[in-house]
Amino acid sequence: MSTAPITDRSPASQPDGQERRDEFTSERHVYEPHRVGLPPLLPYARELWRRREFAFEMSRTTLRAQHFNTAFGQLWLVLNPLLLTCVYYILVDILRLRTGGVEFFAHLMASLFAYYFVTDAIRQAVKSVTGGGRLILNTAFPRILLPTASVITAFKRFLPTILLFVPVFFIAGLDAGPHLLWLIPIVGLLTVLSAGLAMLVAAGQVYFRDLKNFLTYALRIWLYASPILYYASEVPDRYQFLLVLNPLAPLLAAWSDVLDRGLAPDAADLAVGALWAFVLFVAGALFFMSREREFAVRL
Amino acid sequence: MSSLSVSDVPRIRVEDVSVTYRTSLERAPTLKSTLLRLGRRERIIREVEAVQGVSFRVPHGKVMGVVGANGAGKSTLMRTVAGILPPTAGRVEVHGRVSTLLSLGVGFNRKLTGRENVVLGGLAAGLTRAELAARYDEIVAFAELEEFMDMPMRTYSSGMYGRLAFAVAVTMHPDILIIDEALSVGDARFRRKSLDKMRELCGEDRTVLLVSHALGTIEELCDEAIWMHKGKLRMCGEPAAVVEAYTNFLGVREDAVTMEDV
Repeated sequence: MSTAPITDRSPASQPDGQERRDEFTSERHVYEPHRVGLPPLLPYARELWRRREFAFEMSRTTLRAQHFNTAFGQLWLVLNPLLLTCVYYILVDILRLRTGGVEFFAHLMASLFAYYFVTDAIRQAVKSVTGGGRLILNTAFPRILLPTASVITAFKRFLPTILLFVPVFFIAGLDAGPHLLWLIPIVGLLTVLSAGLAMLVAAGQVYFRDLKNFLTYALRIWLYASPILYYASEVPDRYQFLLVLNPLAPLLAAWSDVLDRGLAPDAADLAVGALWAFVLFVAGALFFMSREREFAVRL
Repeated sequence: MSSLSVSDVPRIRVEDVSVTYRTSLERAPTLKSTLLRLGRRERIIREVEAVQGVSFRVPHGKVMGVVGANGAGKSTLMRTVAGILPPTAGRVEVHGRVSTLLSLGVGFNRKLTGRENVVLGGLAAGLTRAELAARYDEIVAFAELEEFMDMPMRTYSSGMYGRLAFAVAVTMHPDILIIDEALSVGDARFRRKSLDKMRELCGEDRTVLLVSHALGTIEELCDEAIWMHKGKLRMCGEPAAVVEAYTNFLGVREDAVTMEDV
């Protein structure tokens, strides 16, 4: 019988990259004090891919809880932005003494739907890590799956709203041509942008639990600062720089050009929008991954 | 002196591991309080040394019992071995796939149904859909909750909750199973069943870490035991000897209450 801890230790093997690489894989795991730093990226990505089904299932479960798979649940989902479009249409009409007509209605609707896609992802993501408490405390998995699931959820909620836009599109007599194919890369960039911001706020909420409350106001200001209630081209020249500084503005401008003005998107808008999307994505992913091993302690 | 050279490679090797929490005394960290605190250099943080310099090994196929009073750092140590909490110092090396059954939770979300929880938990643990489908029926049958699987888990009784948790953990066919105070779930019949299942698992070629206050179970099932006290490893050795020292320390007799699940 011994009353002392076991002391027969083998010479501690060096914490080299070889071992660190196996963080989540199934065979060998080595856990060591983490510096605030990145996990090895390639194995992390591989592990992420291996568990991608988790993100989809998580999103499916969230949607099921919101009655997404019932007819009325879907109706409610499209009714909300539709009514909001009407409210904003009336508001803008009164404030600007302008009869924008059905074309402006189409612009408002299209832009609001895109805005709601991005902000819905952010709103879902902000509570994804802090709300995932028990799962995080009891299972070792790449946490980045949680904000990813939020983006998937937002995307699935965004798709039916597009269908709602179809009749408006034809009533407004908009031009259906091959230029509409531009929507695919634009939606792609909006998704990348959403994912970046989703990861930032999901990790941020762990450190500042009132981030969610501040976010409500920030997103409201963002709505007014983006070319939604007005066209990007209407912004006076001296304020145009604000549109470049707003990560969402170039993509919304391109979105509006293609969808409700029958134009090919401006190359500058696409370039600036893509730059913003990828910068935010990389920043969000790096921030999240460098912090995620600390989450279990913080929850 | 317990012999540790029984097996070739230790499945779990914990070397001089310490875990220190930094708990904030505020209710929750907020941006507002951070801004208000700005300038003043006070820090409302207390360090909790939950685990301090613990080393042990579990050889392949062995069952290691862990005993200790509440707050001794047992659950923290288990979370570190499972790779959920990073150690503050030291090193943990684990060979094989780990299944955890920690403090009856296993990450169930009470708002979701039993089925959804099983699927989500399994996918997070890295199972494929095919593997999950193959095990799903086994899980439900073991938990005996057929008619409850599509109900939200908030409608479950705590016994049912624990039964599902136990069923999930033991059905994952892990190389390493970590069980934290979970044997005392369910009614007498299910306790019997889970104990039998544990015996079966321990008899198989499987490495188990078993945290329990049921000292009789520790003595019966384990090949070795460690005693955690205030974050430190106080003793390591034969289960019977460890349990005896532990009960002596606590000043309780080895009666039915301390030896069995209550």
